[in-house]
Amino acid sequence: MPIRSEDAVIKVRDLVVDFAGRKVLNGVNLDLKRGEILGFVGASGAGKSVLTRTIIGLLPMQQGSIEVLGVELSKASQSERQAVDRRWGVLFQQGALFSSLTSGKNVEFPIREYLRLSPKLTTEIAISKLEMVGLKPDVYRNYPSELSGGMIKRVALARALALDPEILFLDEPTSGLDPISAAEFDHLLLTLQETLGISVFMVTHDLDSLHRTCDRIAVLSEGKIVEAGNMDVMLASQHPWLKEYFHGERAHTDFQVAIKGRRVTEKRA
Amino acid sequence: MTAATLDHGPSRDNGLDLKAGGRWTAVHARTLEPLIDAASHAGKQGQGEVRRVVFDASQVEQLDTYGAWLIERTLRIWKSRGAETELVGLQASYRNLFEKVRSGQQKLTPLKHKQTGLVATFESVGRTMVAVTTDLATIFQIAGQLVVAFLSVCAHPRRFRITSMVNHLERVCWHAVPIILLITFLIGAIIAQQGIFHFRTFGADIYVVDMVGVLVLRELGVLIVCIMIAGRSGSAYTAELGSMKMREEVDALRTMGFDPVEVLVLPRILALMIAVPILTFLGSMAALYGGGLVAWLYGGIDPKIFMSRLHESINGQTFAVGMIKAPFMALIIGLVACMEGMQVKGSAESLGAKTTDSVVKSIFLVIVIDGLFAVFFASVGI
Repeated sequence: MPIRSEDAVIKVRDLVVDFAGRKVLNGVNLDLKRGEILGFVGASGAGKSVLTRTIIGLLPMQQGSIEVLGVELSKASQSERQAVDRRWGVLFQQGALFSSLTSGKNVEFPIREYLRLSPKLTTEIAISKLEMVGLKPDVYRNYPSELSGGMIKRVALARALALDPEILFLDEPTSGLDPISAAEFDHLLLTLQETLGISVFMVTHDLDSLHRTCDRIAVLSEGKIVEAGNMDVMLASQHPWLKEYFHGERAHTDFQVAIKGRRVTEKRA
Repeated sequence: MTAATLDHGPSRDNGLDLKAGGRWTAVHARTLEPLIDAASHAGKQGQGEVRRVVFDASQVEQLDTYGAWLIERTLRIWKSRGAETELVGLQASYRNLFEKVRSGQQKLTPLKHKQTGLVATFESVGRTMVAVTTDLATIFQIAGQLVVAFLSVCAHPRRFRITSMVNHLERVCWHAVPIILLITFLIGAIIAQQGIFHFRTFGADIYVVDMVGVLVLRELGVLIVCIMIAGRSGSAYTAELGSMKMREEVDALRTMGFDPVEVLVLPRILALMIAVPILTFLGSMAALYGGGLVAWLYGGIDPKIFMSRLHESINGQTFAVGMIKAPFMALIIGLVACMEGMQVKGSAESLGAKTTDSVVKSIFLVIVIDGLFAVFFASVGI
């Protein structure tokens, strides 16, 4: 089992990102520790997606530093950068599957590009990944347009997991899923953490999911991380937005205390 | 030890010992695959059948899903040959991962057998014919829906989307003017130059004016403009409607009680039917201007002589023959573009294919219709 050391796989320091003069992120400091599932919350428009997209290199930053797996991204060469790309997987909110490829070919795509295995083994691995995320092997031949929303998310997760990444970025993985599928997704995430020891950076609004899966939660508000810690820290926080978020109408706290208990047992099992 | 290894050797009672070591991970999968094949073959060639395979994973330093699957794959190969298999020494921490990978079925339902040879050829010809007929039927269907939408808009003029039409008019007409003027100007100039070059040998340079005038006004002006518009605006229509179809925007309109043909197709096609005659007129003028300029500078035909010769060789009818074709061609370009757009399915590839189809089919039909008009005008003696 991968050791649960306290070293951070992602270190974000004093990050500033602005759009047309407006500072969306203003001095963000954040760590993702090895083997943990970090839930990332914040009001809509607070810049959660901006932070995620900046870390994975889709948006430029103005100031600060981002270190992923020991590589400082702004100073990394092309090849160092590509080496890091191989070690993370990204699940986009809408799946972002290649619509002209079948599910199977979508999962095979990174494997074929990076590992150059025999076609037979590539296919077997792709099917194995699809089965790992709870899909039937036959989904291999379906095009994304023939799949339901939940299945698209699963295929996209299988693609994100294709190279056995060390870090997984998830952008609202349970949005648009029914509660049963969402719970299955949470369970899947815990299994993956357990079996592969991956570190997960998850942007989510799903309170159940936060309770069930996350080791730590970070809260983004007004361009800064205002609170980070486990669920107890969140519930005890005096920050007004957090109070509203975790004690508000939809938080149904006592129900979730029960869920929390269940999560602990699930994790032990 | 860092690289991945797999050693094999026979054991007692027709057994085989496999000993794995090193890092069984994604990056080493490539080196492991031939090792596994070699081990499987070695066992086969040995004396007698292998009854029992022991896979010793105690020396494996690191394991991921790739390694886990390679172990499981090896075991399955032997199982399928009827041997008993056993996995020993796998670190407890990797057991969960291995079980997860192992639980996979890996079974795809076999595909339907594909026809080959002559039968396949006939099948593809048949399918193409069916596709052509359905295409024709769909064009007529969209044309019919368009007429219905047009009539209902006539009955309730307030429902007509004038803003939308003006917007499309700006894009397909106003924005197209520069490129249309440039291309037709050049075509006119080239025709005049070629005409003068060849007619000069017979001393018939002046007839170049007749040729340019008749050719441009009757045929080339409208044809060039229509081909340009099919490529420029027809493709844009298909892509717009296609991506709306892909993102269920068309369905959203329908559920709100709007007729997509009335809301999306009618303003577009009407805009095109207004734009193409205007552009044809402008294009013809630019071509005549280009022809006149070349005739003057290259052929030494004075502009005054050019004008008077033009007056003699053409009349209102020549001009009308060209112009009358323009709205019909606009209609066919619009219909084909919208039909193809509405047939786009979920993938980016299908959007590309339909946009290509739209341009190819509308240019083809424009030329066919031009031919039909030529036959018609000849038979009525114009």
